[in-house]
Amino acid sequence: MVYYFTAALTAVLFMIDKEKTIKGLKLGLKKIRKNSPVFLNMIILVALSLYFVSDELILRFLGDGSGAIGVAIAGGLGSVAFMPGFVAFPLAGILLEKGVSYTVIAAFTTTLMMVGIVTYPVEKDFFGLKITVIRNIISLVMAVIVSIVIGLFYGELFI
Amino acid sequence: MKTHLKDYWLFIIFSILMAIGFSLDLSIAHGVFDNFYSFFLTMVKFVPAVFILIGLFDVWVDKKIIEKHLGEDSGFLAYFWAMVLASTTVGGLYVAFPVASALYKKGASPRIIFSYIGTAAVCRIPMTLFEASYVGVSFTAIRWLVSIPLVIISSIIMEKMIAEKDLANISDAA
Repeated sequence: MVYYFTAALTAVLFMIDKEKTIKGLKLGLKKIRKNSPVFLNMIILVALSLYFVSDELILRFLGDGSGAIGVAIAGGLGSVAFMPGFVAFPLAGILLEKGVSYTVIAAFTTTLMMVGIVTYPVEKDFFGLKITVIRNIISLVMAVIVSIVIGLFYGELFI
Repeated sequence: MKTHLKDYWLFIIFSILMAIGFSLDLSIAHGVFDNFYSFFLTMVKFVPAVFILIGLFDVWVDKKIIEKHLGEDSGFLAYFWAMVLASTTVGGLYVAFPVASALYKKGASPRIIFSYIGTAAVCRIPMTLFEASYVGVSFTAIRWLVSIPLVIISSIIMEKMIAEKDLANISDAA
């Protein structure tokens, strides 16, 4: 899909301005070459994460998680795990059926989306170490806030 | 541009470990390699195209346009544009990072690119649809209502707290 779109766009731009488009394509190819190693590193980390932080492991660890400890475990697993939405949310659905609280689910899915240990090589390459660390720490805090609000909404937490 | 061997150190170690694992027929080696291979294929299916698009963007889009709509003097609408772009981002954060750095190089302000990254993490549309159908619409709605303002606030804080020299590190890795 993305390739069709890219090809169509390139064709249109090529008709408008040949030189400019070739320059853009060359720049794109250069970026692919330059970024291959960091993406390769990320793929390796993803492969390890998928193996060691498997769906079964997440089910087992979050299956009876609750309270602050449950949120902490969920946040930790969410930070190191890597899974696309079409895997993560069905899994979250199973967890709900098993009686896991919305608070814990929110901590897991939010860290999964925002905190990235496996995407670290790519993020560091583009943004440098400091920004990467700051962004991930802020995201972790945000995940806790989201999970608390979710908990209050579903009546799982009380003030 | 030269390819440096040290950029591939992790891959080299990984290959050696995989070779050892396979020769001993360890199940862990097979498991990890299967993951590696399938995720590698997933990446090949769209990441190169993303970089080509970034290359075309770099050449074709006038810096003034990005500066005007996403730059220092842009108004609140800039967050809206960042969100629209984020919600349609394919893949995951690993796509948002190169896109964000290309936008930054074109004059987008730091708070806008941080907002883009944050919303790309939490608001991608395909992912949200899965979430709403498996966990519930109200869950998704609350999560959006809480996380979007938090992303914007934290982006403004990040812009203020991150030093100029660290921002200068944002490379578009050309």
